[in-house]
Amino acid sequence: MYGLKLDYCAVDVPDKYYSQSDYEKGTARWCPGCGDHSVLSAVQRLCQEKQLAPEKTVFVSGIGCSSRFPHYMSTYGFHGLHGRAFPVAEGVKFRRPDLDVFVVTGDGDCCSIGAGHWIHSIRYNMNITVLLFDNQIYGMTKKQTSPTSPIGTMSNTHPHGSVLPPINPIQTTLGVSNVSFVAQTADWMPGHLYATIKAAHEHQGFSFVKVMMRCPKFMQEQAKALVADREHITMLTHENGIQVDEATAAIFSHKKEHDPSDISKARQYSEDPDMYYLGLYYQDKTAPRYDLYGAHNMGFSAEQKLQALNAELDRYAL
Amino acid sequence: MASPELRVDPATTKVSRTTLREHIVEIVSDSGEGAQKAGQSFGAVCAKMGNGVWTVEIIPADIQPPPRTKESVSGIRIRLGAGKITNMGDEADIVVAFNEIAPYARIDQDAYKKGTKILIESMWANHSDPSVQQSYARALEDLKARGFVVYEVPMEEECLKIVPDAKRGKNMWVLGMLTQLYNRSLEIAEDQIRMTFRKKSQSVIDINLKLLHGGFEWTAKNLDFLYDIPATETGEDLVVMNGNEALSLGVMASGIEVCSMYPITPATSASHQLAESFEKVGGLVHQAEDEIAAIGFAIGCSYAGKPAVTITSGPGIALKTEFMGLAGMAEVPLVIINVQRGGPSTGLPTKVEQSDLLAVLYGQPGDTPKVVLAPSSIEECFQFVVLARQIAEAFRTPVIILSDANLATGVQPFPRPKPKAEWLAPPVDQSPWKKDVRAYEWDEQTGLSKRPIPGQEGGMYTLTGLNHSEEGRVSYLGNVNQYGAKMRSRKLAAFGRTLKPPHVYGDESGELLLVGWGSTRGAIEEGVDRAREQGASVSSLHIHFLSPMEPGLKEIFSRFKKVKTVEINYSDDLTDPLITPENRRYSQLAWVLRAQTLVDVDCFSNVLGQPLRPRQILEMIQEELNLKNN
Repeated sequence: MYGLKLDYCAVDVPDKYYSQSDYEKGTARWCPGCGDHSVLSAVQRLCQEKQLAPEKTVFVSGIGCSSRFPHYMSTYGFHGLHGRAFPVAEGVKFRRPDLDVFVVTGDGDCCSIGAGHWIHSIRYNMNITVLLFDNQIYGMTKKQTSPTSPIGTMSNTHPHGSVLPPINPIQTTLGVSNVSFVAQTADWMPGHLYATIKAAHEHQGFSFVKVMMRCPKFMQEQAKALVADREHITMLTHENGIQVDEATAAIFSHKKEHDPSDISKARQYSEDPDMYYLGLYYQDKTAPRYDLYGAHNMGFSAEQKLQALNAELDRYAL
Repeated sequence: MASPELRVDPATTKVSRTTLREHIVEIVSDSGEGAQKAGQSFGAVCAKMGNGVWTVEIIPADIQPPPRTKESVSGIRIRLGAGKITNMGDEADIVVAFNEIAPYARIDQDAYKKGTKILIESMWANHSDPSVQQSYARALEDLKARGFVVYEVPMEEECLKIVPDAKRGKNMWVLGMLTQLYNRSLEIAEDQIRMTFRKKSQSVIDINLKLLHGGFEWTAKNLDFLYDIPATETGEDLVVMNGNEALSLGVMASGIEVCSMYPITPATSASHQLAESFEKVGGLVHQAEDEIAAIGFAIGCSYAGKPAVTITSGPGIALKTEFMGLAGMAEVPLVIINVQRGGPSTGLPTKVEQSDLLAVLYGQPGDTPKVVLAPSSIEECFQFVVLARQIAEAFRTPVIILSDANLATGVQPFPRPKPKAEWLAPPVDQSPWKKDVRAYEWDEQTGLSKRPIPGQEGGMYTLTGLNHSEEGRVSYLGNVNQYGAKMRSRKLAAFGRTLKPPHVYGDESGELLLVGWGSTRGAIEEGVDRAREQGASVSSLHIHFLSPMEPGLKEIFSRFKKVKTVEINYSDDLTDPLITPENRRYSQLAWVLRAQTLVDVDCFSNVLGQPLRPRQILEMIQEELNLKNN
């Protein structure tokens, strides 16, 4: 943070001090009342608080409402293909560990068309912050069933209600080997949202945050019910978990102490059909990171390269 | 070390040597008997002596097929000559067979001719299983009846005089046999063995040297024919490798440090080579979860300023299509290597085809201009990667290299490349972005624009696959879309201006012009040479840049009465039922040339899965020009 160093013996004055407006770009074109707006604010606040240099920060997204996110950040952005944000972000992070890389994805983007990449990106465990905007519906293409739509969701593709139980992104993520950070938060709880995104960003590895999201356009009733419902939401608390201020904590009627190193308990909570748990389900700071593998082998000098290359050619020499 | 008393003076051999211009040798065995190692060593010995060489492996499709079956045949063909050899040639002259079944797999592919000498392992005559004895006896009769000249060679018996178990060493005994048969230098063959087994113990090297000498001696005493193929000394430093190895060395020489791939035949071996060499040269092979992730990862690297390559084959290209469109639309430099195989769908994974040309040129929904180039030799496999990386970055575009299974496994010596610092990718530009320069500030003349790299202060933009303005902002306006498409296309035209018209091989005008691309060059030019020796008015031309197409073609075509492409992909035959000149589906380059030049270009193509042979070309020319077949 800008200002005094912790030991009060020096003042840390960076070359440049960024205000929140240094991260803002244009006017977000999401619907009024869409949860995406609150995540955008929380992320801009995080960038400002962490003083992330905009030129050293990259937001990678796929396709969908959520994936418009990079256009509203005045950092570098990559708004690519539907379902394919993960591989691109991995390439960026792998070659440029100096960059802060975020992935912004939605329930269709991540859990449907991009599900294969999602599973493998958990296992790669590269140092990337992932925000899954889960509004349980396809918005951009106008109300089709999402893999996370609750069973019975009326949509343009299932006019009589969706017929299959939804994918549970938290449960799925916790089921993949080498998982290292899994948290859940909600767009309508800005204090908790911010604290969760901040903890995710601080985690050195693949930090997966599912943000429960309102879609006021196509899931109006569900959104209203969710926001009003205090009985089916529990905040996970722990000294190693997400730390929120008192006002935020006061919103929750239910709290549960949960040690984020306990993956069995985490899985149990993720599978509870009657309760949404917000907070940190699981964290493993020691999980192997793919971005560290091979990194030592990059950036040899031209002389080194040419010498090694000539030695390789020797193997084929006659 | 070799015992001096084992050396044989060639002058003591029974017969005088016949001097040849060239010969084709095949070694065929069951999978795992080392035929390929023997053949590669023999090829290397020939190349070291200054002979022209082309070797190609005969690979079974399955990992462990049942032994002594046609499916289990593994082997190698070595074509060696006094001058340069550019292709695998026609039928074999000499075959070394480790069992009597193996030749039949190749006979099925018309690889042998009447008079081909088959040197066959004789141990099967006394096999403990009577059915094997019978099979051997039957095959011997049948092979002779088919017009082959069969020699029974006691390979096992001779090897057992040297080693207790002949299974592992027979191939080096065969190397000794070929060394004598073709008057190769025993010293060079010995060095080759020391090189091959350099990671093994001295006792292994010694045993293999003894086997080499065993085969060398036996041949001198027992064969009633011996050859010599004089070499043309070039004095140049040479390297010898296959096309995939050349591609991988090209990747390293270009300064690319990430190869992002998913395993697919016949491309994968290039990545094996890279995985090993990157440890010393610097870099990483990223084995992605699928073909799509492989190109996505590479695009991520390139977007962040570090060029990357993705290597694949036909089915992988299909999967990468959408990302190739994104790289075109968002102008991300990228090198894509496609080692083509038989298609469509899973097709013929280990066989050669040139069937992906139209897919890479036009395969993306929407207009995606890109650079496509095809190496025609092993050396060009190396050079074209170095070139492709530079084109990709200078023109902010994907570049596709079309190799194929023939180049991938073909081995040919070529002058040793001399890697230079300027071939390597420059360090990432992290200087502040020039104020007010837009993310896609297209130069009207060339379509070129400068690319901001993450980390460059003031250059922040959001790359998008949506239509975008020069600022890089999403735009749904038709005129903005029209302009962007025009600028991306203009880049291609600008690059095209740097190309020269292709060289005509043979006379500059005449009756017939053959046009090829990719791996078929050697076979086409050899066929043309032979036809010209017979007085045919035929020339050929080989295209390396398929997008943008090399200039001047229409003018060159106008000097020939007929123009015909030669390709390894499908085309309808005009004599087929229902086929007319109007509904005929032409081969792939022919389609493109017809469209671009408005010349009535004909085509000669097939999908037999085999590299083209010079004789096929010769016969086609003879038929085309109504020449007598002699």
